[in-house]
Amino acid sequence: MQNIATLAKRELGSFFLSPIAYAVNAIFLFTIGLAFALGTFHSGGEASLRDTLDFWMLLILVFVLPMLCMRLMSEEFRNGTIETLMTAPVTESEVIFGKFFGALVFYFVLLATLLLFPIILSMYGPVDIKLLVCHYIGMILVGALYISVSLFFSTLTRHQVIAVLFSFAVLALMTFASHALATKLEGWPRVVLQQISVRTHYHDFVRGVLDMNHCIFFVSMTGFFLFVSVKLLEVRRWQ
Amino acid sequence: MIRVSQLTKRYGAVLAVDNISFDIEKGGVVGFLGPNGAGKTTTIRILTCYHPATSGAVHIDVLDVFKESIEVRRRIGYLSESTPLYPEMRVREYLQFRGKLRGLTSSERTVAIKRASQRCWLGEFINRPIGQLSKGMRQRVGLADAMMHNPEVLILDEPTVGLDPTQIRETRNLIEELGQEHTVLLSSHILHEVEQVCTHTMIIAAGKIVASGSPKELREQFSAQGKIVAEMRGPKEDVESGVRALNGVKAVEASSDHGWMKVSIESEPGSDVREDIFKLASAKGWSLREIRRDGATLEDFFIKVTAQQQSKSV
Repeated sequence: MQNIATLAKRELGSFFLSPIAYAVNAIFLFTIGLAFALGTFHSGGEASLRDTLDFWMLLILVFVLPMLCMRLMSEEFRNGTIETLMTAPVTESEVIFGKFFGALVFYFVLLATLLLFPIILSMYGPVDIKLLVCHYIGMILVGALYISVSLFFSTLTRHQVIAVLFSFAVLALMTFASHALATKLEGWPRVVLQQISVRTHYHDFVRGVLDMNHCIFFVSMTGFFLFVSVKLLEVRRWQ
Repeated sequence: MIRVSQLTKRYGAVLAVDNISFDIEKGGVVGFLGPNGAGKTTTIRILTCYHPATSGAVHIDVLDVFKESIEVRRRIGYLSESTPLYPEMRVREYLQFRGKLRGLTSSERTVAIKRASQRCWLGEFINRPIGQLSKGMRQRVGLADAMMHNPEVLILDEPTVGLDPTQIRETRNLIEELGQEHTVLLSSHILHEVEQVCTHTMIIAAGKIVASGSPKELREQFSAQGKIVAEMRGPKEDVESGVRALNGVKAVEASSDHGWMKVSIESEPGSDVREDIFKLASAKGWSLREIRRDGATLEDFFIKVTAQQQSKSV
């Protein structure tokens, strides 16, 4: 546990020192701000983030989180720091979880800046705090899953660009393609595709429904990708 | 302290380390000498738990490197060949981070960082970002990191590569000093360096240990294989019998060359008969125009090994 905290803290520190992280943050805040200003912030509209969050937030996160997380392991492989890291008394799972929590905390910082939107909305109408909490739980769970997927692809290769492209592809499939495909099908394939689609599970959080099933979906998927990342890192040592 | 038995490592079809065994006693600096690509780094990476071996066993103290890996890593300080560091961190931050990973408490870290930065002359560089440091300074940071937790075993892979002559001398002195408190395994491809610093040397080539001993033993082992050649003017029978009577001479062969006698002498290991030959010649009034060692010295042997390695890799 101590080691995970140490590794996460170092990771968080290098996020704050990385010019790429700042550039990605700027893109994130600009695009989500644009979606908010054009989609939600108009007279007669509802004082909630519902519209912004439902589609735009997912789309932006599919691009932003892989870009933030592509360096997590790839950079260690490329710089060779993986050697000094793995010859220190730390296990593979401590390394992966350390990286994961470091990135997650940085994502929390991003989410915290989004609190500006409900603050603006509260000037024009009452904001439902319970709904807002539900939105945040949804965004945190989706973010955690996206980070774990990006971390997995970063563990796969020393090339950051390859890591980021694979992450885009897989996240887009999991989030949008499966959802779109499900509407074209009948019977059990439709049910299966709906069940593995991130958008289906995320949608209830946006509507303000806190369903344990959805939470379990996100937590177990995140756990799965972290687990395979740990295994992948172990395998890489045998090469 | 370090016991390696029948260690083999294959990378696919490439045999990097071929069934090597050695034992390193506690204390002292042990040199691991070999040309590039001989299997030094591979062996070291197995010792430091970075790569698993294909077969064989490695023990550090009584701990098995494969089964008690984390405990072994606590006892080892490792400076890897390229000294990879995080460029965005400051030196002090980095050492703090490494100290925490090794389970040092906050006060232990303060003491350890102070001690390590003094011994590795980090000085005012301690607050600089690592990315701004020169190759030599980065090497020192790596060395400070390797020794900060006072490990029983220090493994240094090519620690003087890329340093300027002053830094090389300083680093060698530091390694000699460290050898008094720790067991140091120093890998190098420079014969001179290993001879200067190490109390024991192993020469590795093509994944095998081809020679092992103290620098003095190695020198003797190789000079013993050589011959001494002398040329003097004198009667053949007298020269032959005179030289054969000298202490430490095993066999003599003489041949004449335009009135000069060329004598090829095989002497006993560890003895040097060159001075006696000179005395003999001057006592008998024979002119002496040449006297030299012929054949294998340690340098010759090492060059031969290096050349074989290179022709293999081409």
